[in-house]
Amino acid sequence: MAAEAPLAPSVTAAPRTPKVVTTPRSTRVRSGLVTSGLLAGATLWYVLLLIAPLAIVVLFSFGERTRIGGYAGGFTFDNFATAWTNSSPFTTSLFMSIGGTVLCLLVGLPLAYYIATRAGNRKSLLVILLVIPFWTSFLIRTYAWLMILGPTGLAGFIGDAVGDSSFRILGTPVAVMLGIVYGYLPLMVFPIYVTLERMDRSLVEASKDLGAGRFATFRQITLPIILPGLITGSILVFIPMMGEYVIPQILGYGRTYLIGNALVNEFLTARDWPGGAAKAVTLIIIMLIAITLYLWFVSRGRRGREVSIV
Amino acid sequence: MSTPAIPISTTEAVRRPRTAPRVDRSGAIVEFWLRAHTLLVYLFLFVPIIVVVVFSFNGTDRRVTDWGGLSLKWYGRVLGDKIIQGHLINSLIVGTSTAIIATTLGTLAALGLQRAPRWFRIPFDALTYVSVIIPEIVIALATLVFFTTSFDVTENLTGFRMRLGFPTIIAAHALFNISLVLLLVRARLSGMDRTHVEASYDLYGTPWRTFWQITFPQLLPAIVAGFLLSFTFSFDDFVITTFVSGPGTSTLPLYVFGQIKQGVTPATNAVAAIMLLITLAVLFSGQWLTRKGARRGESVATIVANSG
Repeated sequence: MAAEAPLAPSVTAAPRTPKVVTTPRSTRVRSGLVTSGLLAGATLWYVLLLIAPLAIVVLFSFGERTRIGGYAGGFTFDNFATAWTNSSPFTTSLFMSIGGTVLCLLVGLPLAYYIATRAGNRKSLLVILLVIPFWTSFLIRTYAWLMILGPTGLAGFIGDAVGDSSFRILGTPVAVMLGIVYGYLPLMVFPIYVTLERMDRSLVEASKDLGAGRFATFRQITLPIILPGLITGSILVFIPMMGEYVIPQILGYGRTYLIGNALVNEFLTARDWPGGAAKAVTLIIIMLIAITLYLWFVSRGRRGREVSIV
Repeated sequence: MSTPAIPISTTEAVRRPRTAPRVDRSGAIVEFWLRAHTLLVYLFLFVPIIVVVVFSFNGTDRRVTDWGGLSLKWYGRVLGDKIIQGHLINSLIVGTSTAIIATTLGTLAALGLQRAPRWFRIPFDALTYVSVIIPEIVIALATLVFFTTSFDVTENLTGFRMRLGFPTIIAAHALFNISLVLLLVRARLSGMDRTHVEASYDLYGTPWRTFWQITFPQLLPAIVAGFLLSFTFSFDDFVITTFVSGPGTSTLPLYVFGQIKQGVTPATNAVAAIMLLITLAVLFSGQWLTRKGARRGESVATIVANSG
């Protein structure tokens, strides 16, 4: 890496200067070497730590489990068939993620709306405040809820109020749902906020001048314009929710069994690598479908390009 | 901002039945509701963090939620604890190494991509997005299986068994963070004003000087943001680390998770508060550092928010 660093500078020069066309062959070769040098490190990482691990998982998903666990070669679709018949972690994950995404939308849209249109000079402060939780440890923010929701916290309080001392929140899907909404909410707010910021507000004024009410203006003007932001936010929260593993472990006591937990169980406890690999591949396919739908949607309208997925 | 008088806050109307009053007083109600909603959401976001910090000062020796008066004694115990010190040092090693690798390779790749041919750029872009989007648990398990399998292969070939440890943790962390830096720096590059670069060439500036005097200073805020983000993500990471760490390389988040499983104590909260302090110090120093070089009104936070 260190050896590549001195080559970096010429980068910005080459592409657009007309000189490139007339430069001698040796210079072009050197320019190509510089480009390769710049990209070598990242490419190496992608090949070794992204392509290779995923390729192994895909390969294993068609293999067979040996008696002591691990992987034995083979070509079978049995693992996928098993994943299909034991689909309950998938359906649980889907329900939780869809529910979590809808809740994030309901909570995030008015919040983004307020920051973009009402915050005035406190706008950047509010944005920074939104970044801070996102910046701090996921683990810490999650376990904090153990104290808040626990029997000496909110659950005890509600239990006293309704006269049921066995009332619990922790260990239920409600706690997991709260955890995932809490964890990923900022990812929903950022893209909505950005689309609202870029929106031409005179359109709203025009709508009002033409006699449209609140509802009509929102539905016919604001909503279509910020829709790409809503969709981007939804995909940004939906995908990590589908793959969530820590929150159900901590707040759900492992009782709400999501795909992430099923994967860990298969790979580490049951040591059924092919079975786990098939589930992992299925999860990746679900996500690819979600992303394809997203890309299809944003490519339909040009406005969608304003917000990229990351 | 310039149109505060116009009641555009129709978000409320969506969830109301059509018979709700649309004009006159509804404006005030909507305004009030928007404010209240925002306030509540910020409380929701910050109460857990505040609870952790407040209860880290709890002087109790009993349950963590029994308030026993303000005390710093848990900080004393935590800071003097050799085991916790070891985990902290491991976390700092992992975070710093990951940030250095990710920032270097991510920035170089962003610069290289500009001049790369299309056939290379498109699959490379696809991989960048995949590495960011793929769920952490999938990449963690896949990486673990990959490491274990390749260790088996190398053991068969050489008779030497490699082990999980710092290199595997850092390598696995760097993947996501390289892509993150790449995206931040590339966003900056594409929004860059090229007139200065062209002026530099007109004035016979060499590519080398042009890069260091024109391009690099303009990229710096994104590079700094990328470094700090990579450090924080790596420092705080639990999922990947828990699968690819080896004996003696356990990090602070792993320690905290172990504590959570045994039951949260004021000591857990003190460790957590120290972790929060480190990451927030990183955030604010970055905020301060980039303020100079950044465009007006831009900071680490807004760079992140706008690209997040």
